[in-house]
Amino acid sequence: MTRISDPRAITGRLFKWLFIGLVFVYLYLPMAVLVTNSFNKSKYGHNWAGFSLKWYQELFDNNAMMQAFGHSLLVAALAATAATLIGTLMALAIHRYRFPLKSATSSLLFVLMMSPDIVLAITFLIIFIALGIQLGFWSLLIAHITFCLPFVVITVYAQMKSLDPNILEAAQDLGASEARIFRVIILPLMAPAVLAGWLLSFTLSLDDVIISSFVTGPGFEILPIRVFSMVKVGVSPEVNALATLLLVLSLTLVAVTTWLIKRQKNQ
Amino acid sequence: MSSSSFLALKQITKRFDSHAVLYEFDLNIEDGEFFTILGPSGCGKTTVLRLIAGFEAPDEGKIVLDGTDISRLEAEKRPTNTVFQSYALFPHMTVFDNVAFGLKMAGVAKADIRSRVREALAVVQLTDFEQRKPHQLSGGQKQRVAIARAIVNQPKVLLLDESLSALDYKLRKQMQIELKRIQRQLGITFIYVTHDQEEALSMSDRVLVMNNGQPQQVGTPREIYESPRNLFVARFIGEINVFDATIIEARDDFQYLAQIHDKQWVIHANQRLEPGDKVHVLLRPEDLRIEYLEDANEADGMIGEVVESNYTGKTLDSVIRLDNGVTVQASEFFNEDDPDFAYKINQRVWVNWVHGWEHVIKADELS
Amino acid sequence: MKAFIANLNFRRLVITLTISWLSIFVLLPHLMVVGTSFLTADADNFAIWPITLDNYLKVLDDTYAGVFWDSLVLSGITTVIALGIGYPFAFLLSRMTPALRAILLFMMVIPFWTNSLIRIYAIKMLLGKKGLFNLVLVSTGIVDKPVQLLYTDFAVIFGLVYILLPFMVLPLMASFDKLDQSLLEAGKDLGANAFHRFRHIILPLTMPGVIAGCLIVFLPAMGMFYVADLLGGARSLLLGNVIKNQFLVARDWPFGSAFSVFLIVLMGLLLWLYYKANQYVQKQGGMDDQNL
Repeated sequence: MTRISDPRAITGRLFKWLFIGLVFVYLYLPMAVLVTNSFNKSKYGHNWAGFSLKWYQELFDNNAMMQAFGHSLLVAALAATAATLIGTLMALAIHRYRFPLKSATSSLLFVLMMSPDIVLAITFLIIFIALGIQLGFWSLLIAHITFCLPFVVITVYAQMKSLDPNILEAAQDLGASEARIFRVIILPLMAPAVLAGWLLSFTLSLDDVIISSFVTGPGFEILPIRVFSMVKVGVSPEVNALATLLLVLSLTLVAVTTWLIKRQKNQ
Repeated sequence: MSSSSFLALKQITKRFDSHAVLYEFDLNIEDGEFFTILGPSGCGKTTVLRLIAGFEAPDEGKIVLDGTDISRLEAEKRPTNTVFQSYALFPHMTVFDNVAFGLKMAGVAKADIRSRVREALAVVQLTDFEQRKPHQLSGGQKQRVAIARAIVNQPKVLLLDESLSALDYKLRKQMQIELKRIQRQLGITFIYVTHDQEEALSMSDRVLVMNNGQPQQVGTPREIYESPRNLFVARFIGEINVFDATIIEARDDFQYLAQIHDKQWVIHANQRLEPGDKVHVLLRPEDLRIEYLEDANEADGMIGEVVESNYTGKTLDSVIRLDNGVTVQASEFFNEDDPDFAYKINQRVWVNWVHGWEHVIKADELS
Repeated sequence: MKAFIANLNFRRLVITLTISWLSIFVLLPHLMVVGTSFLTADADNFAIWPITLDNYLKVLDDTYAGVFWDSLVLSGITTVIALGIGYPFAFLLSRMTPALRAILLFMMVIPFWTNSLIRIYAIKMLLGKKGLFNLVLVSTGIVDKPVQLLYTDFAVIFGLVYILLPFMVLPLMASFDKLDQSLLEAGKDLGANAFHRFRHIILPLTMPGVIAGCLIVFLPAMGMFYVADLLGGARSLLLGNVIKNQFLVARDWPFGSAFSVFLIVLMGLLLWLYYKANQYVQKQGGMDDQNL
């Protein structure tokens, strides 16, 4: 153990924080530039031309963009909710029930989690075409639900494993049905993990570009497609405003979730 | 003790977050002894061990081993080895590689490593397990590997941190005997840390009892058990009955007349006492004698009634509430001639002890 | 009896849902991709008989093999850089107090809450001729006039590492968390210096994290067509660009599928490696939780 006054230790600490600081500069600098420029009068953001909210105004006036934004939020919220529900049930199945193909089920979830997005994207495209599902809202929703599933299962399953099995046996012993045990005992106890799973799914869904590009159709435009066409060619400051809004929205969501989980734990 | 001790901790102070776990702590340990540090959890005993091993550095004071100040030496350079509470076996290495690790680090020649690892595994009787991985071993076997991995380096001091606490009762008993044998065979100084007083008494040459970072008493197991220096030691080492007493008059030969509750007794103390001194008279449960009240000739004992009486296999343990309100515990060995021997609850009895078996400490001492 | 049937129904519902969802949307489509890769392209029906190996031969064709190789190299460099940053980062974080560690990990994830396409756009702004990077380079006198950063391989790697770094850090953190501190103390106790402790204890025991991290950086990196599209200019740099082109523009699904099968095989290979590494460090039951 070196002591704090040791000059070697001081240099060590200096390097440590310098390194960590640089990593965070790397992570935050692009975001900071976006957020700053969203309030910048100058279109190209090469210099500070004064504070302005005009890009927000333009964003709100851009109907196509706002519609795509709305679609993305809708899909993210619905996909997160459905994935959380189905994923929690899957975690229950893997944790609590014995059934044939159980290990195959876990393996499939693992493959789903590990498959690169580009592979998932074409598997979804192929199955939707094969099943005759029109590319658009429904295909997008199913794809998003599916790629969120393993993350929900992992989060919830991890917490289920820490659940005292005696609690469930006690409930059974007292005459509760399976459905009731799930609703009255497992779900409330899993609430923090379920919430975390929802949030993670919401984030993954909003973040996705690759899969969405393959499985959505012309009738249902979502954010990445819209943004892609805008930024491919040049600079569009509305995107800065949009990024800022997304960031604020996500931070709010996280704050609310953290607060909810904390409240749950305190009870 | 003199400064020529084999291992000496001198005026050690160790703080964690400005809270002093140890304060001006002194300890002297002799070469080749089996020394146990005993105390409740959080008393600082593990910190003492970690300071000796070098995992912690003292804020003040120094540690001298075999004439060398090792206080500022890195753990990896100290001639000490540790058997960890969790064993801390490297999960990705075989038993052989685990045991060989220290020798490899020391740059010992390959052929020597082989023979020394074999030797060490023979000492702990695990000869055929060389190629196993830790997860293929039972708890007791892991324990043996951990010991082999430490002793193979021929440390000057072997440190054992609650090393047996993870084992079940029977295995623990067995390993206690093993440890003692290994220690005798190797002649290395063992420093063993535990909160289990029974373990401490059965294995050690000497025991240090600690509380709140302060040494309470150092001595042989017998001294610690029979002549505790204060109430903490007395109570920590097994069950004990404490009677508060006041000295009435001194007689010769360390005999005193003392008032205990409503009766006067002659007691024996190892120290000078004056009339009026408050003392504690300590008696182990097995030192008490109990008789049915109707069988007693003279009522110069204490009278009370049995409130509980439990058969433990070897002894009959009873709780007696004396008429003066004090509750005492007594433990009697079975009399083979009288197998039905037992007390009824509420049985009136008479409690006494063999004169001279009591241990007396002054009441104003640290308790 | 009624309760028994109700229980059975709930149980059956849960199990049926689990198996059917995963079969229809995961297993079946993966098999279909493999199947399609052996079919012949058709403008109207996406893919038709007969069965052929042509698609695979075409993948090995010079033009495409070149893309494949470039893509592997770019992803490889990305992975190495991400590991180079992520490993020390995770190591340092693992030695901090839990509170501080939680905060720093949290801060690492925050940028994720914007769409990754937007984040790549942010990097595009940063690396442009008049972007912040060049501004700093010119004003500090390191270069005379703005350098071409955008539309280079450097920009693509910069963007890929940016998007994928947290995916490297998280499994590494998990690995470091599992690393029992007493093992390091044991190493110290047995005379291992800092280098030996790293070489013989820390590195082997965090290997599953390293492999998992590389796995979930390397494979996705090859597919991130939008990063190459926005930062890499005209050239098709990544496998993802080729696959996207075949599926959405050229409509040669069998050929696109053949490319994907390569990715799937690569994934299988890396997963096997991961499994082996886990076996290698097998702890007392702790590591074999990988079956979920």
